[in-house]
Amino acid sequence: MFDNPELLKLIFGRLTLDALPIHEPILVGTFAVVATGGLALLAIITYFRLWGYLWREWFTTVDHKRIGIMYMILGIVMLLRGFADAIMMRLQQAIAFGGSDGYLPAHHYDQVFTAHGVIMIFFVAMPLVTGLMNYVMPLQIGARDVSFPFLNNFSFWMTVGGAVLVMMSLFVGEFARTGWLAYPPLSNIGYSPDVGVDYYIWGLQVAGVGTTLSGINLICTIVKLRAPGMTMMKMPVFTWTSLCTNVLIVASFPVLTAVLALLSLDRYIGTNFFTNDFGGNPMMYVNLIWIWGHPEVYILVLPAFGIFSEVTATFSGKRLFGYTSMVYATVVITILSYLVWLHHFFTMGSGASVNSFFGITTMIISIPTGAKMFNWLFTMYRGRIRFELPMMWTVTFMLTFVIGGMTGVLLAVPPADFVLHNSLFLVAHFHNVIIGGVLFGLFAGINYWFPKAFGFRLDPFWGKLSFWFWVSGFYFAFMPLYVLGLMGVTRRLRVFDDPSLQIWFVIAAFGAFLIFLGIIAMLVQFAVSILRREQLKDVTGDPWNARTLEWATSSPPPDYNFAFTPVVYDNDAWWDMKRRGYTRPLTGFKPIHMPSNTATGIILAGLATAMGFGLIWYIWWLAAVCFIALLAVAIGHTFNYHRDYDIPADQIGKVEDARTRVLAAGAQS
Amino acid sequence: MKLLALLPFAALLGGCDFVVLAPAGDIAAQQRDLVVISTVLMLIIVLPVMALTVLFAWRYRQSNTEAAYEPEWDHSTQLELVIWSAPLLIIICLGALTWMGTHLLDPYRSLGRIAADKPIERKDSALDVQVIALDWKWLFIYPQYGVAAVNELAAPIDRPIRFRITASSVMNSFYIPALAGQIYAMPGMETKLHAVSNKEGTFRGFSANYSGAGFSGMHFDFKSLSASEFDKWVAAAKASKDMLGRSDYLQLERPSENVPVRLYGTVDRDLYKAILNMCVEPGKMCMSEMMAIDAKGGLGREGVNNTLPLTYDKYARRGAPLGSEPTFVAGICSIDELKDTPLREVTAPLDLTPLRGVGLRRPPFSPAFSPAHPSSTSLLLSGQRSKSES
Repeated sequence: MFDNPELLKLIFGRLTLDALPIHEPILVGTFAVVATGGLALLAIITYFRLWGYLWREWFTTVDHKRIGIMYMILGIVMLLRGFADAIMMRLQQAIAFGGSDGYLPAHHYDQVFTAHGVIMIFFVAMPLVTGLMNYVMPLQIGARDVSFPFLNNFSFWMTVGGAVLVMMSLFVGEFARTGWLAYPPLSNIGYSPDVGVDYYIWGLQVAGVGTTLSGINLICTIVKLRAPGMTMMKMPVFTWTSLCTNVLIVASFPVLTAVLALLSLDRYIGTNFFTNDFGGNPMMYVNLIWIWGHPEVYILVLPAFGIFSEVTATFSGKRLFGYTSMVYATVVITILSYLVWLHHFFTMGSGASVNSFFGITTMIISIPTGAKMFNWLFTMYRGRIRFELPMMWTVTFMLTFVIGGMTGVLLAVPPADFVLHNSLFLVAHFHNVIIGGVLFGLFAGINYWFPKAFGFRLDPFWGKLSFWFWVSGFYFAFMPLYVLGLMGVTRRLRVFDDPSLQIWFVIAAFGAFLIFLGIIAMLVQFAVSILRREQLKDVTGDPWNARTLEWATSSPPPDYNFAFTPVVYDNDAWWDMKRRGYTRPLTGFKPIHMPSNTATGIILAGLATAMGFGLIWYIWWLAAVCFIALLAVAIGHTFNYHRDYDIPADQIGKVEDARTRVLAAGAQS
Repeated sequence: MKLLALLPFAALLGGCDFVVLAPAGDIAAQQRDLVVISTVLMLIIVLPVMALTVLFAWRYRQSNTEAAYEPEWDHSTQLELVIWSAPLLIIICLGALTWMGTHLLDPYRSLGRIAADKPIERKDSALDVQVIALDWKWLFIYPQYGVAAVNELAAPIDRPIRFRITASSVMNSFYIPALAGQIYAMPGMETKLHAVSNKEGTFRGFSANYSGAGFSGMHFDFKSLSASEFDKWVAAAKASKDMLGRSDYLQLERPSENVPVRLYGTVDRDLYKAILNMCVEPGKMCMSEMMAIDAKGGLGREGVNNTLPLTYDKYARRGAPLGSEPTFVAGICSIDELKDTPLREVTAPLDLTPLRGVGLRRPPFSPAFSPAHPSSTSLLLSGQRSKSES
């Protein structure tokens, strides 16, 4: 039966044993490590009988806090993968000189830089940003959960589904060899007939559904679930930036979905949207993808700006300077981010007036961004700055980000872009803003809100070690790339023949190694903190003497967040409550209406992922079955009437009493 | 600390070839000037911000109890005005610079000067070069001389070069950092670039947009020669027995990596037109013809019948799994019947005298910089001198 090729093709599509990369030693080695690690993890979970716990309490949860934590875990796990790609690239570019071909063939290297970009943006930065928004924002506005808790769980698992598809491409088949935005005609069926681009498309489509739905969910939450008294202009800045980011997500991700859908029509049924022939125009793709792509960078950086605002105010012990202008700056950036996409391809020959327009709109964005920078600066002015880890990250961000901002505005001058476009200068620029802006912000946020999520602080020693490795590693890794860009070295090259360039790549590789130590130190920081959790414990719920509402409840917060919905009178609501001598109510609890856990999200996402796999490998029956099952499960879920429950008042009383005792014990000691 | 750590690298910088900052062509030099001016303009605001960050972080540290502490101070209208208007002023300057620079250095604009101190003469006829990005090599056709070269570009110094750029299959970017900024090379489309080289030498050119497996090897030497050397180069190319006809091109077009230099003594006159219109394959309809038909309303449903199965293919397979068999549209006209589509061209004024006003006396002129620094900022900002002055 197995020698009938037609039957095999029907069952397995184009998936054959050749798709397993057994002839590539690097991949076999990686697989061995991943498989061993994975099996060990599964064995531990089984040994400690954690499956039931994980399934009931985490995988099926609709609690925004747990979903937020799972997003963060996803982001950190994928960071390891994305960084492995980075270090492979740096190593290849550091040794491929003077006739040496390096250690990666083009077939592999081209996948590595594509995967690095895709993973870092979609499966590291996005989950970390979404995770923080998910965890913090509802607490900041005094809500019990997000507007659509089930949708939140579904969104998370769709993001995981996308990540699974991208990871699967490592060992089954291959990933795209097109660069992270998969420009046609290169990504079209004629020039990329293999499964790589299909993995790319379906990975992003599955994850994109999650991102879009989560955007809608968080907008609704901010608009509808704010505590009484919290007007728009009393919202914490992080909530404001979350709102703007999610507006951007909802407005721009459909464009990505549409453009990838058009590309998949080209690839699957032979339409000609982006082909060279038959009236297609690849440049339409470039325009569309950047209409999504430019807002995307603000989707990432705005929440980071929000984090810096919270951190600066808290650790300066001072109200945020210029709250109103901060909010307007955020809104202006949100709007302007739609008017600049063409600056990613000035070199397409659009003509001087078009290029000037997009160049100048790009520069205008630096005005509100500059205003923000000054606002943080004047928040520090006449403050009492405590240099805890979040604040260290923030000050470093301010010093680093201005360099990235400056090179960004420089690249917005079209004739300057003509000489620097696609060079390593550009690579240095966007790492400068994404690492120096987004990632430093996320690290500040992780260190800042970790005690809220787990009830103990992160270990400061390993945190500082990680901080110094990361920061010095960043400068060593990317300053040489600015230099190389000015020497006219372009990006994505695999081999070089000018030996004078090598030293710079070696320095950059050294920087990547320092960052590697920074990541290790960060993982050690997590482990050490868990081991020393008793010493690092925070019983107050407000370890930093902070200002916003999330610090008003216990750490970690109870399922229902707040026993009584707080009433807000000031934009630093918790600071205001502390100042007015707020006391926790100890009696009079009422039952709280809460959403129930459900497995539908993980099932739907699993089916969507399997459908993606079927479409990637042309296993049509699998795709069809999964699609029908998706519809059936989604419809079936509408008949599930056990969606909610009430936490009885006496149980809330018990939880709150326990907290009262802990607080009293903490006050005595 | 950080600055100290960077010191040894400052020493390294001396030995490097910063081609973007020290180019050989006038256009690249003006682009370099813009890079420098914009950076300086931005440093006006960036440096104070960095200094203030460090200053405030130090002065208002928790342990410094002598510093003022005003926990409730969160607004100052004057300060807000300053922090919004300072970046605004810089951006107004930079925006004006951008508008002018972008128009003056539009790659589609013909050259207005040979170098900062050398106006263009009407007799300076531009050298035409047709550039085709192939998988993964460059083809340069010299229509005025009837020769072509693979992976080698030669041009005489101080003579304007007019590039017309296209690609055969995927997108690339044509970039010679020493000569001028890059511009995309796109299949079925044409971009333009005007440039001039002012210094003899051999410079590096390459594709600046990733285009597939052989991308790293897709570079060439740009030989900037004296006029007589260039004539010799053309003669050497003419002496080559190799011919570049349409079938030779279809062979050449197939993917290959790290291709050695090759010169062609004879080139099909219509080859570039056919490549640009994606109709080198015999019998295939040219894009310009298709567009002309479409502009008149198209062939209607009958057009569907005007296709033939695809036989020639550069790659192993083409065509989607669920789509119909790959086809191409059959041509109706022959290639030499095609009209050359006129391209948008911006012509730089050669004589700026009228700008000063008719009948007015010419103002005295003194150069802002010594001729040792020919491509100076002031020239970019103030336009150029008329030929009679130099």
